[in-house]
Amino acid sequence: MKVLVAVKRVVDPNIKVRIKADGSGVDLANVKMAINPFCEIAVEQAIRMKEAGTVSEIVVVSIGLPQCQETLRTALAMGADRGILVETDVEVQPLAVAKVLKAIIAKENPALVIVGKQAVDDDCNQSGQMLAALLGWPQAAFISKIEVAGDHADITREVDGGLEKLAIKLPAVVTTDLRLNEPRYVTLPNIMKAKKKPIEVIKADTLGIDIAPRLKTLKVEEPPKRGAGVKLADVAELVNKLKNEAKVI
Amino acid sequence: MSTYRAPLRDMRFVIEELVGLQDISALPGCAAVTSDLVSAVFGEASKFASQVLAPLNRVGDEQGAQLIEGEVRTPPGFKQAYEQFVAGGWNGLSGEACYGGQGLPNLVAMPVQEMWNSANLAFCLCPMLTSGVMDALTLTGTPEQRATYLPRLTAGEWTGTMNLTEPQAGSDLSAVRTRAVRESGQYRIHGTKIFITWGEHDLARNIVHLVLARTPDAPQGVKGISLFLVPKFLVAADGALGARNDVHCLSLEHKLGIHASPTCVLAYGEHEGAIGYLVGEESRGLEYMFIMMNQARLAVGLEGVALAERAYQQARAYAQTRVQGRAIGQTSEERVAIIRHPDVKRMLASMKAHTEAMRALAYSAAAALDKSRRHPDDGERKRNQALVDFLIPIVKGWCTECGVEVASTGVQVHGGRGYIEDTGAAQLLRDARITTIYEGTTGIQAADLVGRKLARERGATAHALIGEMRSLLPQLAGCANAAVAVAHAALAQAIEDLSAATRWVVDTQSSDPAAVAAVSVPFLRLWGVAAGGWLMARAALIADVRLNADVEPEFYAAKIATARYYAEHILPQSSLLAKIVVGGAQSVLAFSEQQF
Repeated sequence: MKVLVAVKRVVDPNIKVRIKADGSGVDLANVKMAINPFCEIAVEQAIRMKEAGTVSEIVVVSIGLPQCQETLRTALAMGADRGILVETDVEVQPLAVAKVLKAIIAKENPALVIVGKQAVDDDCNQSGQMLAALLGWPQAAFISKIEVAGDHADITREVDGGLEKLAIKLPAVVTTDLRLNEPRYVTLPNIMKAKKKPIEVIKADTLGIDIAPRLKTLKVEEPPKRGAGVKLADVAELVNKLKNEAKVI
Repeated sequence: MSTYRAPLRDMRFVIEELVGLQDISALPGCAAVTSDLVSAVFGEASKFASQVLAPLNRVGDEQGAQLIEGEVRTPPGFKQAYEQFVAGGWNGLSGEACYGGQGLPNLVAMPVQEMWNSANLAFCLCPMLTSGVMDALTLTGTPEQRATYLPRLTAGEWTGTMNLTEPQAGSDLSAVRTRAVRESGQYRIHGTKIFITWGEHDLARNIVHLVLARTPDAPQGVKGISLFLVPKFLVAADGALGARNDVHCLSLEHKLGIHASPTCVLAYGEHEGAIGYLVGEESRGLEYMFIMMNQARLAVGLEGVALAERAYQQARAYAQTRVQGRAIGQTSEERVAIIRHPDVKRMLASMKAHTEAMRALAYSAAAALDKSRRHPDDGERKRNQALVDFLIPIVKGWCTECGVEVASTGVQVHGGRGYIEDTGAAQLLRDARITTIYEGTTGIQAADLVGRKLARERGATAHALIGEMRSLLPQLAGCANAAVAVAHAALAQAIEDLSAATRWVVDTQSSDPAAVAAVSVPFLRLWGVAAGGWLMARAALIADVRLNADVEPEFYAAKIATARYYAEHILPQSSLLAKIVVGGAQSVLAFSEQQF
């Protein structure tokens, strides 16, 4: 069974982001970038399934600047088999991601697509769902467990009230939640081997898809600084403040 | 203790822009060592250092290694971390490919080792010693020894130790008494070795001891010492582990720092005699040990850089958050973070400037080491070998002495809190304190510099290096940047000081070696200060070009500011040190023993 995993290059989550002076976005100049943590979980899941014998090939796909090859190399060093970079310098929004992935999936015919539930830069949480809709495939978002059994997959999802168990028919799109697994540390020999694994570069404009942004960013600003806390005498005062000052109840 | 984040930007600046990664990539067998590979390796190594090794530094210090019924138990978490380290293949970073290593050049391995050292010095002494044993066996082991031991050592499945010191034989190894008695194809070893780092532990299944000992008919002194391989568990031809050898840990030392690293007293042959195998030829043990020691000294010099970096990060974080007092000249009542106070700034600048200059020097030596081994041209190999031989005592001596000073300044930045163990600043100072002692004290490094490295070629390499420094001056003079102009003036003076002191040492060495010995440590320090200044000036020139092209202005502007601080606060020490070297010997020698 072939699995396709999409990975996104984002600002390293350990770094404090800064807003560009003109408020047009986050300053990415010379900032350390990394694989999106949820995408890393997706890659890890595919590798575990390959190690367990249910998956035969893992293809990782990234969309964006040539530097996304580094992100693909990370996935290859973890254990993916080959990479595809769909190269573009356009800002790729969730719908465009879904469309591009659909085009790649048409060529690759994977039985399962695993993507992160969201990227830590824009937190959209849309691409996986849109992709499933465009493909007309079943989807399971925010999975915390997956087991493939013949032509379907048994899924566990974390929902507000507890765990939801589903069986979905393959091929399908799943999106990963934090507790699906804990990604491995990449080993040195695998970093060296990843250098020799193939990465195919496809120019986005050769796919014949409209990937132009549909959403316009008006302004990006820092969240307001948190003010000092106050000590309240009793619950009555708290209720009063919540009602009259914060106006939340 | 604060978190550790590898200074990847400065590491990459030094190896790619200052030292020149492309020169190393061009060496035979290094074609794969490209910028993106280095970036991937550093990225994963820094993750491992921050997430696995650094969190254990504190518990290692607090709980330490313990001896329980003859077995050494490492602090909680160390065994798992070592398993992860081995599983990650990190032990084979620079090991030879034929034994399962990755064969990466020193210029790439060194920043990775710096990360391990910064994260947890006590932990990484274990792989460092293993790597020393690997070097020794690669150079001098029999084909069978290499085939049996090197793949396991490279993987980290087994670890290694160096057994030199005995109670009466410290810096003077000619006094070694451990005996090796010949016995059909092997030897029986009897004696006691002390200060054996990671001499016994529970991290790996076997420990390979390299032991200096005397054969019965051997001459007195250094000439009679041979090197033996003594495994903790005997090894069958197929590598399977057999009987427990007669080597046992009698006790662990209670030390000032590096508590997690078990420093063992090892008893060889208290029962039937420990079985040992000769490494190389009889009576050449010390010679082999010195080959290994050169690399080990470079590695210890790097520990100074690593601890300075960690101390700097910790002090910076504290200074950014500790609010105390008002800024000078400020009219409002607002209290400010202490990083705003000029004296705290000065301390942080001193820590930063020393650390970056030390890193530049240590990595330069690593590149020279790579060229000395891999360069296709014989002349280039020899030239670089001479250079690395010359630089090693400077890297070891200067970087560890500065490492202690930077760690001490780190405590100072914390004020009273720094003296309290909870902050972790004190641990760095305690851990750093050993680095100026083991693998040859600073005094031994200085003696090596003046007595061996300078004297044997009458300063040829030293003067060639001074010439190279001098050739930078016109470029500095031609630069419009005001900070670079400051660096130019300071470096020009330092070169004169260095040149004069070096001439004095070379001229005086044969006629009055005691006078040279009396000022050899200030002389070593002079070399460190001046070479660091030269590299910081070069860094400033590169940064100026980048700034003019508006590339990463924050990083390069900080680099220029650091170079300027170095030129104004550190480099001027050269005149003082040169004065001490040229004129200070007699006041030392004039003391009678009774006057102390």
